[in-house]
Amino acid sequence: MIDVVRTRFMDRFSWVGLLLWLLRAGVLILVLWGSINTLLSGKYSIDNWISLIIAGLAQGSIYALIALGYSLVYGILFMINFAHGEVFMAGAFTAYFVARYHASTGFLERNPLLSVIIWLAVAALVSTIVAVLLERLAYRPLRNAPRLVPLITAIGASFFLQYTFRGLYGSGFKSFPEIEPLQGTWSVAGVNVSIVQVVVLLAAVVLMIGLNWFVERTKTGKAMRAVAEDKEIAALMGIDVDRVIVTTFAIGGLLAGAAGIFRGLYQPQGISAFMGFIPGLKAFTAAVLGGIGNIPGAMVGGLFLGVFESIGPNLILEGLGIPGANQLRDAIAIVLLVFVLIFRPQGILGERLAEEKA
Amino acid sequence: MNTGTKLGLKIGLYGGIIAVYVSVIGMIEAFAERDMIRGVVSLGHVLLFTIIVTTGYLAVRSLDQAINPAHVEDKKKISRGQALFTGLIAGLVVAAMIAILALIAEPLKVREVLVNVSPALLEVLTLGQGIPTGAVLLLVLSALLGATGGLIFVLPPIGRKAITSAFIWVVFLGMLSDLIRVTLSRPSIPSAIPRLLVTSNGLSVSGAVIVAVAAALLAIYGRTWQAKARAKIESLPLSGQKAVRYSGWGLVLLLLVFLPGIVGRFPSEVLVNIGFYVLMGFGINIVVGMAGMLDLGYVAFFAVGAYSMALLTTSDARLLGSIQMNFWTALPIVIVITGLAGLLVGAPVLKMRGDYLAIVTLGFGEIARFLALSDWFKPWLGGAQGIIKIPNITIGNFEFIGPQQLYYLFLVASLIVLFISYRVKSSRVGRAWVAMREDEDVAEAMGINTVYYKLLAFGMGAMIASVSGAIFAAKLGTIYPHSFNVFVSITALSLLIVGGMGSIPGVIVGAAVLVGLPELLREFSEFRFLLYGALLIIMMILKPEGFIPSERRARELHEEDRAQDAWLKQAVTPAANPGSSD
Repeated sequence: MIDVVRTRFMDRFSWVGLLLWLLRAGVLILVLWGSINTLLSGKYSIDNWISLIIAGLAQGSIYALIALGYSLVYGILFMINFAHGEVFMAGAFTAYFVARYHASTGFLERNPLLSVIIWLAVAALVSTIVAVLLERLAYRPLRNAPRLVPLITAIGASFFLQYTFRGLYGSGFKSFPEIEPLQGTWSVAGVNVSIVQVVVLLAAVVLMIGLNWFVERTKTGKAMRAVAEDKEIAALMGIDVDRVIVTTFAIGGLLAGAAGIFRGLYQPQGISAFMGFIPGLKAFTAAVLGGIGNIPGAMVGGLFLGVFESIGPNLILEGLGIPGANQLRDAIAIVLLVFVLIFRPQGILGERLAEEKA
Repeated sequence: MNTGTKLGLKIGLYGGIIAVYVSVIGMIEAFAERDMIRGVVSLGHVLLFTIIVTTGYLAVRSLDQAINPAHVEDKKKISRGQALFTGLIAGLVVAAMIAILALIAEPLKVREVLVNVSPALLEVLTLGQGIPTGAVLLLVLSALLGATGGLIFVLPPIGRKAITSAFIWVVFLGMLSDLIRVTLSRPSIPSAIPRLLVTSNGLSVSGAVIVAVAAALLAIYGRTWQAKARAKIESLPLSGQKAVRYSGWGLVLLLLVFLPGIVGRFPSEVLVNIGFYVLMGFGINIVVGMAGMLDLGYVAFFAVGAYSMALLTTSDARLLGSIQMNFWTALPIVIVITGLAGLLVGAPVLKMRGDYLAIVTLGFGEIARFLALSDWFKPWLGGAQGIIKIPNITIGNFEFIGPQQLYYLFLVASLIVLFISYRVKSSRVGRAWVAMREDEDVAEAMGINTVYYKLLAFGMGAMIASVSGAIFAAKLGTIYPHSFNVFVSITALSLLIVGGMGSIPGVIVGAAVLVGLPELLREFSEFRFLLYGALLIIMMILKPEGFIPSERRARELHEEDRAQDAWLKQAVTPAANPGSSD
């Protein structure tokens, strides 16, 4: 009898394994089939692909900046700050009012650069404040609670923030004012590139380099790495762990706030209290893709996700003959997340975390 | 500055922040539309005043804790005067912050950014008296209210209990006054009774007094009455005790059976909506509460249930291959399909840890919605327009059309699922789930096949949700992808957390409160998810086991406290166990 039960159980084990293998093979075949079909059909020229890739990189750099917030926090606390997408929203939504004011007074036209820098500062400040308050009020009391408890708190915080900002600033979509110098395109070697995309990409890269410098070179950065390595030992070495954690949240908030402005410049429509949810989910995907807890990983993951999302519908789905492929842009990003978590949970660059800290 | 003043200022500041927050978010204004006691006080004012009184109370409590750190309940060291003073300061600070908001709102054009700082809000905040007089009035009133809060703290416990329970009942019944009026306005009841208690907008003054006195009396004497009744029941022979218990349940069942008839049509609609979530709550209770897998995409199963029911029964000619089955023949097929969907979602996420699992299931839920919306599946699922012409549920010639009929469907379905839940909970399967929730590795080491039990949990949870979804489709007659968004999952999760994870009565109470109340109060529904979010945070911090906790879950969550207590005892009496000095 026991033998019968055991063999039955073993069968089930291998069933799941087999299913996963079939899934893996099936996905690979579908992706290849779709890509080859599209490429052979010659529907898109090289120029099309290049502009898609650059658009993807710009979008991806925004994901990367948000993803860094997930990754930094995860690296230290091993919790997913589910409300990070709302931190991103808070900054952008608040800065929108500054932008509207600048546009109405003509300040924006006279000093576009200064104006955008002020928006950035406002967004970063607001997002930082929200992130720090979140840590202080919601997460800190639960530092040693069972794992699901802070996650549920974070989910609650996410909806709480969405509806708080909806209540504060009203429902409905708002759009950032247009900035004259950023309109139009550059032509580089025959390929048209939109200026705003390049600017967003460059600014994001500058921020990421800054973050890397901060983490690698400053004393606070060193403390952050020490806390990520081992909280208790770090505390014994005289590092104020609470302070490092607050700093981490603050940095994540700052980057998310900046990302909010980039998003406002890049896609002027669609600032609303609910704008953070899907980008937050995608940025989390990016963080996982790069290996969560890993700073360069979040950057690479974000850029990769942006490009994948940009060319994926045209390259893969159209080749498979799926109508309305661009509607499924959000869906394929999430599908990517599912597959990464199933097949390579440690991500592209992450090698240690999944093993050690799971 | 003495401690009393300092704490009064500090706690008052926190209270003020909360008061300003609920004002600018629009809650006060929305609630002000409804009177709690007609012509005396609106719900908006009650909300504001409650914040002030609570602030005063908390200020005095923290003063008490500062003076009397051991916190012995009976030995308060603070005097009435101290309590009065600290409460007064706290109340003043709150009022000052609201007054500042009221003063700056017009000159600074705050409304251009914060849309809810409207003239109507300012009128509510200044008690309808305009800015200078209203602000002064507010300051005086808040000082008094804060002092009242402080005094409540120094009252003997029985008095405190009487006041709180009188207050809570008046607020609660004040909010439900519409429902009470509709219920009481019928020919069999002399019209003097509803006229005495309620008006078209809130309780009447006499009604409020009656409710307050009754609640206070109940709070004071309730315990002794209860004890007496219990003693009397316990003195009965065993068979008598059993008879009392069964007749109690019989009464509950009888009440449930006649409920839609008693409350009328609109409240029945609310009951039906509660029914959807009771069913889903039972399902998510299995996945999240018992097996401990945080599923945020639970709505996907609800959607699969609704869509497969719609597809099997619709007479919509736009869709390919409509089968036009009867609800009852389709139901088993729907359940099986959704169960398989549960396995399909469950299989890939088997090895994932709690937090990843949550995000991936959330992703699955969103994917399901995106696919239903897409052009790709439009020929089968109808795209954004959804599926129409889903027939009503019938048995013989009886049609379940209105909420009053559908209610019975939910009653029966809920009772069946309730029975299953109870039976599963303490069975081998239920215990395996609980073991997995507490520690997966240990559970596996003890010989529990975690793969099997995880899939079983997913499958069962999905099947229960599918019943809810199937009835949903049949009730509305039309379904769209937009009905199946993440908020459904969040509602289900919230009611589970508030009721208590793993607790079966918790699901019912959670659904009744979290789904029922916002439906009954139109003003409430706008802030529904704000409150759910806040509830999730507050519950996790203060009461993670929920209001009606399952015993085991509570033990799990407070394990550390108990360990600490044990350690404390050891530390206090070292002589008692000398062996544990290392």
